[in-house]
Amino acid sequence: MLKLQSINKIFNEATADEKIALDHINLELKAGDFVTVIGSNGAGKSTMLNMISGALTPDSGDIVVDGKKVTKLPEFKRSELIGRVFQDPMSGTAPTMTIEENLALAYSRNKKRGLKIGVDKKRREYFKQSLEILHLNLENRLNAKVGMLSGGERQALSLLMATFTKPSILLLDEHTAALDPSRAELITNITKQLVEKDQLTTLMVTHNMQQALDLGNRLIMMDKGQIILEVKEADKQDLTIAKLMDEFQRIRGEKLTSDRTLLSV
Amino acid sequence: MFTAIFGSVEQGIIYAIMALGVYLTFRVLDFPDLTVDGSFVTGAATAATMIILGYHPAIATIVAILAGFIAGCITGILHTKGKINPLLAGILMMIALYSINLRIMGLTVENSIGRPNIPLLNAETLFSQFYSWWETLGIDEAINNFLSGLGVTYLPATWGTIVIIAILVLILKLIVDWFLKTEVGLAIRATGDNKKMIRSFSANTDNYVIMGLGISNALVAFSGALIAQYSKFADIGMGIGMIVIGLASVIIGEAIFGTKTIVRTTLAVIAGAIIYRIVLALALRIELLDTGDMKLITAIIVIIALVLPQYFDKRRERNRKAKRIADRLATKEEASDHA
Repeated sequence: MLKLQSINKIFNEATADEKIALDHINLELKAGDFVTVIGSNGAGKSTMLNMISGALTPDSGDIVVDGKKVTKLPEFKRSELIGRVFQDPMSGTAPTMTIEENLALAYSRNKKRGLKIGVDKKRREYFKQSLEILHLNLENRLNAKVGMLSGGERQALSLLMATFTKPSILLLDEHTAALDPSRAELITNITKQLVEKDQLTTLMVTHNMQQALDLGNRLIMMDKGQIILEVKEADKQDLTIAKLMDEFQRIRGEKLTSDRTLLSV
Repeated sequence: MFTAIFGSVEQGIIYAIMALGVYLTFRVLDFPDLTVDGSFVTGAATAATMIILGYHPAIATIVAILAGFIAGCITGILHTKGKINPLLAGILMMIALYSINLRIMGLTVENSIGRPNIPLLNAETLFSQFYSWWETLGIDEAINNFLSGLGVTYLPATWGTIVIIAILVLILKLIVDWFLKTEVGLAIRATGDNKKMIRSFSANTDNYVIMGLGISNALVAFSGALIAQYSKFADIGMGIGMIVIGLASVIIGEAIFGTKTIVRTTLAVIAGAIIYRIVLALALRIELLDTGDMKLITAIIVIIALVLPQYFDKRRERNRKAKRIADRLATKEEASDHA
C-alpha cells in the first residue's frame, strides 16, 4: 500500500544549520494498517509525513503508493490517492466557503473538475448523510460558512473531507494537538470510526502517547530522523506508557528528555 | 443634471464589467492584479483597431476579450511559474502592455509602428448597429412622450444604450455567479481561500490562479472594448488608474450591500461601479474641480469607502456595549427596588 525505501533528507545542507531530518527511513504499510508515530520534537515525524504527501521531496530514496512510484509526482497529483488532516484546524478547510461547498471540494478529489455545479440536489443529500456520522448537527448547517465553526467542528469536518473519497493512504499530522481535551477525545473517536468504516490505511503522528497506544494496530517511535522502535500488531496490545519509556532508555542509553510532548499522557 | 447622471449610469454599467473582473482577482483569488490598467486598454485598442480595419464590431469585441484573457494568463504564469510577487507580476505586465497597446493601434496606420489613439467617430460599433435596430421600435419616443407628459424636461437622446448594456451586464453577472458554483469555480475560490487545503484535494493551484487571472482580464478587456465603442475612441492613457476604479467599485458595493453570498456580492460590485460614477459626476459639478482632478477624487472616494465602514462598525460595537451596560444597570435597579 505504502512503501518508503531508504528516504534521506537534509535541511540547510552545507551550512551551520545543517540538520539531518530523515536518515534512511524504511517503512511499509499493508492495506488496512493503522500505524501511530511518536517521537520528540524534531524527530522527523512531520517531515516524513510531508515526504509522503509531496509537500517535500526526499534527497534520495523512493516512495511507493499502491505499487506506483510517486517520488517525483507533485503534491496535487499525489493527493488524489492521499488524504490529509493537518494539526491546525484552520488548515484543512476553506473558511469563507460553506460546509457543503467544502465537502464538494473534497468530493471532487479523485475526479476531474469540470463545469458541473459543485453542490447539486443529489450530492447535498449525500453530504447530509455523511455529516450525520459526526453527530455534531452539521448536517443541518450546510450553508454555514466554515470560518464560523469552532476548532473541533472544523477538525471533524476536515477529517470527514480527508476520508470522503476513501483515499489509499490517510495521513494525520497531530490532528488533535490544537484542541482541548474533550474535543481531542471527540476527534479521536471520529478518527477511529471513520478509519474502521472504510478500512483505511493510516499513518498518524501524535504527541500523545496514550492516543498512540489506543489507536491503530502498529506503532513506531522516531528519534533524530530514524525509526528506533517498531511495535508489531501482536505486541502492541500489552504496551504501556511505562514500557515505552523504558524501551526508549534502553535503545538510546539516555532517559527520555523532559519533553512536554512525550510526557503528555 | 439629469443628463449627467444618466450618462454616469450608462458608463457605470459598462465599467461594472471591469469591476466584476477586479472582484474575481482581488476578492475571490486574493490576488491584487495590476494588469488591469493595461488589459483595459488592450481591450479598447484591439476592438478599435479591428473595427477600423473593417471587421465586424462583434468579432472585434470577441478578439478583444481573448486578448485580455491571454494578458491575464501571462501575469498568472509570471507569478506561478516565475515565482514573481503578485503585485510585481501585474506591474510588469501592465508596463509591457503599454508598448503592446501602442503597437496594436499602430496596425491601423501604414508606415507607422505605434499609435497613441484611434477615433471611431464615423465607424460602425456594436452600439451604432444596435441603435439602427432599436430606432425602428419607437420605444424612445414612447418613453420620452410619457415622461414629458409627467413634466420631466431633460430627456436622454436614447434609452437603447442603457437597456442593452444593462441586459448584457445582468447576463454576465449570472454567468459569473454560475461559474463560481461549478466544480472549477469552487476550486478557484478555495485557491484564494486556502491554497494548502485545496492542494491536498488534488487541485493544481497554479492552473487555477492562471485561469482566474485570465477570466478576470477577459472581463476587463471586454469592458475596455465597450467603453471604446461607447465613447467612440481608444486612447493609450484610458487605463490609467483603472485598477483603483475597480477597487473603488468593489469596496463601495460591498460596504453598502454586503457580501453574504456570491449572488449578492456580484450585484453589490455592479451597483458599486454605478454609484462610483454618480459620485464622480456629482463631484465634478463642483465649480472648483476640474476633470483633471478625477484621479484625486477617485483616490479620496476609495479612502472614504475604506475608512468609513470601520468607523461605523466601531460605533455600532460601542453602542451595543453601552446598551448592554445600561440594560444591566436597569435590571439591577429593578432588583434593588423590589428588595
